[in-house]
Amino acid sequence: MTSGLWEIVLRGVWVTVQLLVFSALLGAVVAFTVGIARTHRLRSVRFLAGCYTEVFRGTSALVMIFWVYFVLPPAFGWQLVPMWAGTLALGLTYGAYGTEIVRGALNAVNPAQREGGIALGFTPWQRMRLILLPQAVPEMIPSFSNLLIELLKGTALVSVMGMGDLAFSGNLVRLALQQSAEIYSYILVIYFVIAFLLTRLMRGLEKRLKEQLAGRPAGGAA
Amino acid sequence: MTWDWGAVRDFLPHLWDGLLVALRALALGSLISFTLGLVWALLMRTPTLWVRRPVGVVTEFVRDTPLLVQLFFLFYVLPEWGIAASALTTGVVAIGLHYSTYTMQVYRAGIEAVPPGQWEAATALSLPVRRTWTAVILPQALRRVVPALGNYVIAMLKDTPLLMTITVLEMLGEARLFSQEHFRFTEPLTVIGVAFVLISLPASLLVRALERRLAG
Repeated sequence: MTSGLWEIVLRGVWVTVQLLVFSALLGAVVAFTVGIARTHRLRSVRFLAGCYTEVFRGTSALVMIFWVYFVLPPAFGWQLVPMWAGTLALGLTYGAYGTEIVRGALNAVNPAQREGGIALGFTPWQRMRLILLPQAVPEMIPSFSNLLIELLKGTALVSVMGMGDLAFSGNLVRLALQQSAEIYSYILVIYFVIAFLLTRLMRGLEKRLKEQLAGRPAGGAA
Repeated sequence: MTWDWGAVRDFLPHLWDGLLVALRALALGSLISFTLGLVWALLMRTPTLWVRRPVGVVTEFVRDTPLLVQLFFLFYVLPEWGIAASALTTGVVAIGLHYSTYTMQVYRAGIEAVPPGQWEAATALSLPVRRTWTAVILPQALRRVVPALGNYVIAMLKDTPLLMTITVLEMLGEARLFSQEHFRFTEPLTVIGVAFVLISLPASLLVRALERRLAG
């Protein structure tokens, strides 16, 4: 491969990484907001949050991407920049998977912890922020790590809409090179390396969060 | 753009055609992934490091890279290697291979969940290895893995739209074709979105019920 073709691939890597970061951030916001809503004491709030999860998990990510690209613009009269359309579709879809992780981890916190918070006169929000989340978040990390890999693989889907990510640039180079096996092997290896780095990053994060929790004077219960 | 029920009605026969293709891909893809996943899981239990290590690396690689790129790889490379397979066959193989790396972990967990006493009993009865697996371990392991495999069938269903990219006319492919012919995107795309929810919601409820029954 020539350096010009590598340049195309590297530009694709950059778009993929950007898309990954943005949609992971949106996905995290969705996962925590909707996930916490799914543990709310009001049944109606839980129901609405559950509906969100089922609808976005039920549809295919690629269908969602098509929908955001082709149905939203005429329906609302505005056109999204491809990067934001991709971020929106991926963040909302993978965020829906994340709500299950948040809900599961929150429900797994010892109920006595919540009762302790009530006894100390904490408001519900203080209980969530100071007692429940610090204990639940480290438990979420391994699942979120898997989900992040799924999201990374999901970013390749935007190439179908012509967004210049890694999968798309692979196709461009294939057309120029007429050597499918070579270029797709490179592309797959690059995805694998990114996935490997993400896994390492998340493992480090989990270790740090657990150490922090254990280091707290009142954290013995965890 | 306003909603046109006429377009929905016109699209429904295409939706049906696409659904049949998707279900066929799903059935074959599931079959491959169930079989291959079990093969991986059994290979990972062999005492030979020379078998376990390559299987571990290859399955990890397949699991952590996008199915879409794997589809492209097979679709464009197989003809270069002189293998003429139809787009649907290529897609089914890609889906089956990709998800076999997931089902492999399901089987592994299922096999590990068989109580050690069962292994010991098989040893005490001096059953040969093959009999230990077919008569003692696998019947117990396989019952446990059914709900988890069901979850992956649903996941595979949601990945069938990817086959569109290699010219297979499943639901999304039909919707795109319809959109290009009629210049209407809203209805066909929304209809298949709803169709996916209508299929996967009852399916996941079923899997959850199965999970509860097998757990209890």
